[in-house]
Amino acid sequence: MADGLRIELGRRYRFSASHRLHSTRLSEEENRRIYGKCANPYGHGHNYTVEVRLSGLPDPATGMIANLADLDAFVNERVIEAFDHRSLQDEVPVFREVVPTTENLCKEIFERLKSFPKARLEAVRIEETSNNSFEFAGDQEV
Amino acid sequence: MVYLTRKIEFAASHLYHNPALSAEENRRIFGKCNNPHGHGHNYTLEVTIAGEPDPVTGMVLDLKELKDILEREVMHRMDHRFLNYEVAELKGQIPTCENVARVIWNLLEPKIPQGRLHRVRLYESADLFADCYRQGTGGAD
Repeated sequence: MADGLRIELGRRYRFSASHRLHSTRLSEEENRRIYGKCANPYGHGHNYTVEVRLSGLPDPATGMIANLADLDAFVNERVIEAFDHRSLQDEVPVFREVVPTTENLCKEIFERLKSFPKARLEAVRIEETSNNSFEFAGDQEV
Repeated sequence: MVYLTRKIEFAASHLYHNPALSAEENRRIFGKCNNPHGHGHNYTLEVTIAGEPDPVTGMVLDLKELKDILEREVMHRMDHRFLNYEVAELKGQIPTCENVARVIWNLLEPKIPQGRLHRVRLYESADLFADCYRQGTGGAD
C-alpha cells in the first residue's frame, strides 16, 4: 500500500462437530495413553470457532478488502456445510487417514480456503474450546 | 521485544454509500449497510505497542499515557459520533472496518512517545475485525 500500511480483515465463524482422536498407527494402549478420553470409541464434540484473516488492498470504491457476502458464501460452502454437525473422522474424507486434532483441522481449513479469489488468506485460527486455540498460516510464521 | 495491548470501546454509527455508484449498485454491494439513515456498532479497539521495557520503570510505555492518547485521539473523535459526517479524517471514504482501522493507525502512530505502534485491531462486532500493521513489521508478513 502506498502509505506503507498492511490491512487484514478478520472474520469469525462457528460450527459444531464431533471427533475422536485415534491413530491406526498406534496400539490401543498407546492411543489411550496419548489421547486419553479423546480416544473414547464413540467420539465427543466441540463448538468450534474459526477465525480467518485475509490481507489485500481495500478497494477504493468500497473500502473493503473483500465483500463479506462473498467471503461468507465461500467459507460456508467450503467449510461450514462440510463440517457443521458432522463427525469429522467419519464424514470428512481427509480425516479418515489424518487424526482430526485441531492442529490438523487448521491445516485442512487453510487448504480449503486458500484459493479464495478476492484476497490473500493469511491465517486460520481455531478455538476448540475457550481454553484451547490453534493457528496455521501456511508457510509463513504467525 | 515486549508487546503491550490496551483496549477501549466506543459506540458510533455509520453507513456505506459511494456517490459515484448508482443506487442499485450501492444496494447490491453494501446491502443493508447502505440503509440511508445509518446504523451503529459497539466498536472494540485493541492497540498494541512494541518495545523494550525501560530499565528504570519496567514499562514499554506508561499505560496511563497510552490511555490518555486513546481518549484524545479516538474517543473524543469517534465515540457517539456518526463516522461519515463527524470524523474529518474519514471524509470521502467508506467507513469500513478496514478504513477506520487505518485512520486510527494514522492518528496514533505519530503520538506514541515510547516504543512503536505494532498493531491496531478494530472489532466492529465480535465476528468482524480489521488489523493494521506497518508493512514488514508484524502479522504473517
